[in-house]
Order: sequence, then C-alpha cells, then structure tokens
Amino acid sequence: MTQQASTTTREHLKPPVTHVGVLGWIRKNLFNSWFNSLLTVLVLYGLLVTIPPLFKWAFVDSLWYSSPQACREIDGACWSIIPKNARFIFFGFYPEDQQWRPLTAMILLFALVFYTQNRRSWNRALFPIWTFGLVVMGWLMHGGLGLPVVETAKWSGLPLTLTLSLFGMVGAYPLGVLLALGRRSKLPVIHSMSVIYIELIRGVPLISLLFMSSIMFPLFLPEGVTIDKVLRAQVAIILFTAAYIAEVVRGGLQAIPKGQYEAADSLGLNYPQAMRLIVLPQALKIVIPPSVGILISAFKDTSLVVIIALYDVLKTTKVTLSNPLWMGFSSEAYLALALLYFIFCYAMSRYSRKLEKALHTGH
Amino acid sequence: MGKAAAPDAESTPSAIPLWRDPKKRAIVFQIVVLLLVLGTAYVLFSNTQANLSRQSIATGFGFLQTESGFEIGESVIPYSSADTYGRALLAGALNTIKVSFIGIVLMTILGVFVGIARLSRNWLVSRMAAVFIEVMQNIPVLLQLFFWYAIFYEAFPSPRQALNPLPGLFLCNRGLIMAVPADNAAHQPMFIALIAALALWWVIRRWAKGRQERTGRSFPVVRTGLGLCLLLPALVWLAYGAPTALDIPELQGFNFHGGITVSPEFSALLLGLVLYTSAFVAEIVRAGIQAVSRGQIEAAMSIGLRPGQVLHLVVMPQALRVIVPPLTSQMLNLTKNSSLAIAIGFADFVSVANTTINQTGQAIEGVALIMAVYLCFSLSTSVFMNWYNKKTALVER
Repeated sequence: MTQQASTTTREHLKPPVTHVGVLGWIRKNLFNSWFNSLLTVLVLYGLLVTIPPLFKWAFVDSLWYSSPQACREIDGACWSIIPKNARFIFFGFYPEDQQWRPLTAMILLFALVFYTQNRRSWNRALFPIWTFGLVVMGWLMHGGLGLPVVETAKWSGLPLTLTLSLFGMVGAYPLGVLLALGRRSKLPVIHSMSVIYIELIRGVPLISLLFMSSIMFPLFLPEGVTIDKVLRAQVAIILFTAAYIAEVVRGGLQAIPKGQYEAADSLGLNYPQAMRLIVLPQALKIVIPPSVGILISAFKDTSLVVIIALYDVLKTTKVTLSNPLWMGFSSEAYLALALLYFIFCYAMSRYSRKLEKALHTGH
Repeated sequence: MGKAAAPDAESTPSAIPLWRDPKKRAIVFQIVVLLLVLGTAYVLFSNTQANLSRQSIATGFGFLQTESGFEIGESVIPYSSADTYGRALLAGALNTIKVSFIGIVLMTILGVFVGIARLSRNWLVSRMAAVFIEVMQNIPVLLQLFFWYAIFYEAFPSPRQALNPLPGLFLCNRGLIMAVPADNAAHQPMFIALIAALALWWVIRRWAKGRQERTGRSFPVVRTGLGLCLLLPALVWLAYGAPTALDIPELQGFNFHGGITVSPEFSALLLGLVLYTSAFVAEIVRAGIQAVSRGQIEAAMSIGLRPGQVLHLVVMPQALRVIVPPLTSQMLNLTKNSSLAIAIGFADFVSVANTTINQTGQAIEGVALIMAVYLCFSLSTSVFMNWYNKKTALVER
C-alpha cells in the first residue's frame, strides 16, 4: 500500500528538461565539459566556414548535363563531364554496339552478389551457381558461341576493374589456402618454400609485380609464345593477393584447437581428408570477415594497373580528362570516381562488419 | 591372405611399402615438389637466356657505371644527367626514404590525433573522425594522389598570382614556396645542441625510470625533455648573436627565387599517402586504447593516480603493445605505397628504375633492384618487430 503510493508520487516527478530529449542529448554529447563545449563550438565554426561554399560549388552553381563550353562560364562544379562521357568512362574501348554485353555481365554479377550476401543462401548450391555465373560472365565479355569475339585488349573501364578484382580473388583464394597449409606444414621443403613466397610477395609493392608482368614476363616465354597484357596483369594480381590471403587463412588455421586435428587423426583420416572435412571448413568460416577486407584492398589495388597502361575505370577517366574539350575538370571527375569506389568499398566493409558480428558465436 | 601378411609386416618394418610409410612418402613428395619448382625455374631461365641473346640485351649490373643521360626533377644529393645510373638510382632511393620518413612522422601524428578524436565523448568530434576514417579508407590511394595533384595543377594559380596565406609562404601551381632562415654559422652548432638535448632526454628517461621503480616517485620526463630540446638550441642561437635574417622567396620573371620550394609532386604524394594511411592508423590507435580493460583504468584511479598518470603509466604501456605491431606494418605500407609516385611524376626509386629499364632494356635487373630495395625495408622492419616483441614479452607476466 505504501509502496504503491510512493511509485505514484515518483511518476509525477519528471526529470529536468535539460536532461532528456533533444536538449538532454545535446548537453550530454556536445557540452558535457568546458573542453568539449569549446571543441563543439570550434568544429561547428569550421563546418560553417567550409560547408556552405562547397555546397554552393557542388550543387547551386553546378551544371549536370551541359556542353563543356557552358561549363567554362560558371564558377561551380561541372559534373557534366561524367554523364557526357559515361560510355567511354564505364566501357572504354569495348565496341559500342556490343556494350550491352559487359553491362549484362555486371548486372549478373551484382545479382549474384546480392543473392550471396544473404546468409540463408549459403549452401551447396552456391558453388555451382557462382561457377555457372562466372562462365556466363566470361562468355558475355569475351564472346564466341554466336557472339562476336572481343579481344581482352579492348576490355576497359568498370568491367575491367571488376574482372581484375573478382578473378583476382577467385584465383587467389585456392592458392592462398594452399600456401597457408604449406606454411603450417611439418615438411621442411614445403614449409620454407611457402614462407619465402609469402614474405617475398608481402615485402614488395604490387607495382613491382605489375612491372614484372608487363616488362619482365615476356622474356620468360619461349620465342613466339605471347600472353596478352590483361591476363598477365591478372596473374600478377592473383600472385600478390594470394600471399595476403595465405596470412589470413593461417590465422584461421591457428585458431582451430589442437584437439580438432588430433580428433581427425584418431578417426583415421589422412591429411587431405582431415583438412577438407574437419579443419578447413572451420578455419575458413572464421576468416570470412578478414577475407572481405582483402577483397576490398584487391578492389582498390586494381587501380594500379593504370601505371602499366591498362584501361581500367581510373585510366578511362584520365583519358577523358586529357581530351582538350574536357581538360581542367579533374576535381569533378575524380570526386565522382571516388564516390563510385567509396560506394563499393563502404558497402563491402559494412557487410564484413555485419558478418563479423553474426559469425561471432563466442568461444 | 591379407590376414596372413599383416604380422609379417609388423615384425619387419622394411616390409612396409613405400606409399604406406608417412616418413618416406613425405620425403618423396618433397623431392617431387622441389624437382618441379627447379624444373620450372630452369625452363624459364633457359627461355630468358635465349630471348636475351636473340634481342641482344646485355646482362649484369654493368649499366650502373654508365652515364644515365636523364634528369631527375628533385634530388637530395647533387645529380645531373652526366652522372651514372647508379647515382640516379641512389638519388631515387633517397627520395623514397625522404617521402617515407616525413610521411611516417606525419601519419603517426595525424593517426593518433584522429584515433583519439574517434573516442572523444564529444559526439560531433567523434562523428567527424569516423567520416574522415571511412572516406579515406574506402578510396584507392592512387585516385587520391591524382586528385591532390590535379588540385595543385588546376585549382592553384600561376606564380604571378600566387596565394599568400602567411607572410613568406606562397602557394601556386609550382608548389609550396616558403621562407627559410638564411644560411648562418649558428645552424650547425644548433643542430648539435638539439642532438645533445635528445641524448640528455634519453639519459634522464632511464634515470627517472630507475628511480620510479626504486622509490615510486615520478619525474616529468616528457616536459623536461621537450624543454631541453627547445632550450639548448635557443641558447646556442643567442650565443651566436641571435641571427634573424630570412631567405624570403621573391617573384622574378615567371618563377620564385630563394626560400625553399616543395614541388607539387612531392606535396601531392605526401598529402595522399599521409591522409590515406593515417585513417588506418586511427583505427589501430582506437582499437589499442579500447583493448585496455576498463578495470585497469578504474584500478589506477582508485590507487590515487592523476588522469595524466593513468594515461602515461597504465593505459599507454598496455595500449602500445597492441598498437605497435600493426602500426609498423602501416609504416611499411606507406613506404610501399610511395612507389605510386611514378604515376604523378615524382622521382622515387621505382620511377628512376623504370626510366633505367626503358633506356637500357635490362628489365630483369631493374625489377630485381626494385624488389631488393623494398625487401630491405621490409626485412629491417621485421627485425625491429622481433626486437620489440621480445622487449614487450619480458614485461609480460
């Protein structure tokens, strides 16, 4: 009875206005000490000085779909450079009448990625679906079987960027797993060769491997045999990414308790069986989030092929900028391209963080 | 029949067939792998030999002694096109070291700053830091380099209309031009005084640590050290009559003369590398500080340490153990990424080596040199890491 009375009086006593709602939030998060109040004021002043002129440049004074001549007369941003050159920036030298093919391939890729990001679709069917998808994409890009063949030398723009990073990852993963197993192996020859490979590759910049593929590799081949430039760059990216994947997978292998290895041995499984059935399924599950991290850096790193004169999306943008008509609008073009890269990478990193939480079942 | 054979095999180990004995199988397997690798290497080597002799490309490092015939945009050591390839490559390597060193210092400062800002209790500051980290991490560093380089070339005016934000500082499409103190006899002794102050700082640090472990009394090492670093050179400067003459850049014709010029290539490279890598450093610093458990901080406060002491004596030593290993790998990343200088025309080692390859055609030697130089950086970093891990492992329980 008395207790009930006290709760009713408590209900009438509301917290002070300055501690709840918007005011309370502002007080708690922005003005919780004299130092933080000062910081807030300084940051707000900084934003007030920089944001309005930038906003005016990017959205008020800007042109979105105009001729380059019209752009020269305004003070704002000339975003027109992207839509007016979209075909070249995104598809490069791919024959114009065939550009529906890379477009379809990219849509197919995004559909596959969208399908895969849902964890409920992670089952046995996933592997054949992806294999089929990759084959169809390769067929669309390259042609044959009824479609006119387009040489890889003409693959450029966004499809090339995506191809290099996607096949880079697909090719590097098995190699990386093998290298990780090799590094954990008790056989001295296998162990030392894996260590040398991994440390050598991780010690040098990607650009040196790309140089190797573009200027040194042709010397390795017998007379008359040539391998095209895109494929060589692709191999360099695969070899480079594999070393990083190996280290990530090794972390996963080390996280598997020794008892699992011993249990596999005591069941009488041989090495390949123990790895395939017991160890790798657990280890690879642990390393999914960091693998997405590697995919992100592989995606960003494909931009380095600019230096060996492959026409990825960064190079096609640069070529557009060297056109006298559109010269001088670099900031706009690079910002737009940065937004494109940002969307891809940010989506992947958010997804990797989400996965990390979902897969962290606690040990 | 199988049953009858089994006891036989057990009594005489030599009867185990080769493919059933794990030890022998391992040896055979390793020999096969080794032969495969050596065989591939031999095929590639003989192909290369044939190709080189057919295209009559010289081999060996003899070209290092011959005249290079190309200019380098900027160099730490005196260099002209009459010098040898060896000297050109040395100038390139020094440029790489210069940009990496300055970049690593700036990256660490900015990264620690942003990492702490990310943990700020001020919502606005923490959000701003998060936006900075996400934006910088998710845009390829090469694109960032192109962007800053384009800003220098397109947004900044020509030397005649150079921006002059501070007296003696000019910004134009030729780079950043600054006034510097004019050459003076006092500079060398001042530098020696600075070195002496650093040495003294180190001695004081050791002494203070020893005293604290014996008696528990602490000593303001950092403040004393910073004070010494300012005081000693300042005293020398006063002793030389306090020279204040400045070498102020002046516009003559189309360009500035005097002062020091930081080229747009160098500035863009440094800016891009520092901004990109510091975002990763900020995440490392944040994770390191968060790894120190709350109980440690509460325990430190409950034994009466002041907030500064909590940070200095309890949080930092533990956080650093988590921070330093990934931080060194970011330093190495910055060094490796400095090879992108070639894309914006800064003469770093890779860029000079590439020119050398184009002129001499000796691709194998050139690529081998690039790899060797970067491997040196990586190996020295891992030597440092091993030393550091050993040192911190001693502290561990």
